[in-house]
Amino acid sequence: MSVATQDTAVSTGRITRAFIYLVLILFALFYLLPLYVMGVNSLKPLQEITGGNMMALPSQWTLDPWRSAWSTAQIGVEPTGLKPYFLNSILMVVPAVAISTIVGALNGYILTKWRFRGDTWVFGLMLFSCFIPFQIVLIPMAVVLGKLGLAGSVPGLILVHVVYGIGFTTLYFRNYYASFPTELVRAAMIDGAGFFRIFWRILLPVSGPIAVVSIIWQFTNIWNDFLFGVSFGGTSQPMTVALNNLVQSSTGVKEYNVHFAGAILAALPTLIVYIVAGRYFVRGLMAGSVKG
Amino acid sequence: MAMTEADFRTRLQDWLPKLVLAPSFAVTLLFVYGFILFTVVLSFTGSKMLPRYDWVGFENYEKLWALPAWTTAITNIAIFASLYIVICTLIGLMLAIFLDQKIRGEGMLRPIYLYPMALSFIVTGTAWKWFLDPGIGLQRILQQWGWESFTFTWIKDGDMAIYTIVIAAVWQTSGFVMAMFLAGLRGIDNEILKAAQIDGASNWQLYRRIVIPLLRPAFLSALVILSHLAIKSYDLVIALTGGGPGRATEMPATFMYSYTFTRNQMGIGASSAVIMLMTIAAIMVPYLYAELKEKKA
Repeated sequence: MSVATQDTAVSTGRITRAFIYLVLILFALFYLLPLYVMGVNSLKPLQEITGGNMMALPSQWTLDPWRSAWSTAQIGVEPTGLKPYFLNSILMVVPAVAISTIVGALNGYILTKWRFRGDTWVFGLMLFSCFIPFQIVLIPMAVVLGKLGLAGSVPGLILVHVVYGIGFTTLYFRNYYASFPTELVRAAMIDGAGFFRIFWRILLPVSGPIAVVSIIWQFTNIWNDFLFGVSFGGTSQPMTVALNNLVQSSTGVKEYNVHFAGAILAALPTLIVYIVAGRYFVRGLMAGSVKG
Repeated sequence: MAMTEADFRTRLQDWLPKLVLAPSFAVTLLFVYGFILFTVVLSFTGSKMLPRYDWVGFENYEKLWALPAWTTAITNIAIFASLYIVICTLIGLMLAIFLDQKIRGEGMLRPIYLYPMALSFIVTGTAWKWFLDPGIGLQRILQQWGWESFTFTWIKDGDMAIYTIVIAAVWQTSGFVMAMFLAGLRGIDNEILKAAQIDGASNWQLYRRIVIPLLRPAFLSALVILSHLAIKSYDLVIALTGGGPGRATEMPATFMYSYTFTRNQMGIGASSAVIMLMTIAAIMVPYLYAELKEKKA
């Protein structure tokens, strides 16, 4: 299925079309509104928000809220800014995405090309794990992380995100590899190629589109996670938890401009990924789901 | 050992796939199914701050359903989930149908509709929290623009705050639902539509009688994904209202967290988690089962 090539055969009159354009543009404004509000108000001094109009452009442009949000704002009890938490998130996201994607690729490869009795069950059990409400694992996870000595640490969060991420990555790779001709794998086996060699030489080179899907999906989910971060982050809290602490802080003056700057900082990595690779995500997802 | 090296290698090759898959499967069994079992067991114990193993039967569940906070949470999730699902589906369907009318600038509009999905609910919550704040946000903006009698205090109002969560959640996911419907629309064979047009069907009839019924799979996926997101919603509530004002926007997810980790009622917290799981399982299991069966066939 190709996106945006085949238009509908339905034709519409002029007034209807004008109405359609109007609705589409109004909704575009609705979706852009919070981004505009955050952007504009993060570049204003505080008194322009409390004493002025949120929709107005800054009369005095300033980067101070950004500097404050990044390096001096009070997060919890420490005036560290969001910088250390941004680093925590990076340190957590990169290994977690890499590990869960590699494991998912191998799992998908096995579940489609090295099928065994009961493999649908194995897959079904892993698939259901994608959809559990994480509340059901919070208590045991807290106990286990404590026993492993990983509570409140970045490695602990990496473990959690890998464990609850491999269901999705396995799903993506399985559906994608299912459409890859098994005869090619058979032929390679007859030629004496082993398990890893076939994966490395035959499957991996064609895995680009689905790897993009898996990486974007995992990156967005893990970067945006709040529940695991707030439950198990301890002193290594990720960006989302820090942002929430900044915004919800009940002491002192509410620095809305700093909050907005912080919110954009927290949104930036996933927004950049979305802008740079979003189209590949949709394309890869279609390739996986339609053929699977 | 009589086994030759070649023998050993073929055997290893036979076992290798299962060996590589084993850790993932073991981890899933332990961290998902083992943990579910553990939480279920805890829900039948008198655990307070730490897990304890004194069996109390259904006491936690009885206490849970007698708690006003849980009743609030259940009422809220019912209001939130139904409005969220219906509004997202309607907006998503409408935008998809409109975008499908050979719209100039579709390539520009689509990413605008979709980008909120890339954001964290904490970011969405922060943006809407201040935008809806009567002191600095929407109410004040419109008053300053001259509509002096305008008031909008939902976020501070215990009866209305739940609807602000609906607004923010719809803002975040309706574009994504649009994308699902658009993919469905683009998959419909134009010949069917042309044939119906020759038979004299109006556009309205065309969509109501032919297109929308053909979008059934997209409706189903949207329903499953949205209900799943609704039941799990935790971050957005925390960021937007913090469960307040008072406890007016308490949801099962926030209830579970506060009872387990801040109120030291782990048994009750566990029983609320079990109920959340059962609700999601009731929706997901039939859907996944049907999907897996279909793929096999």
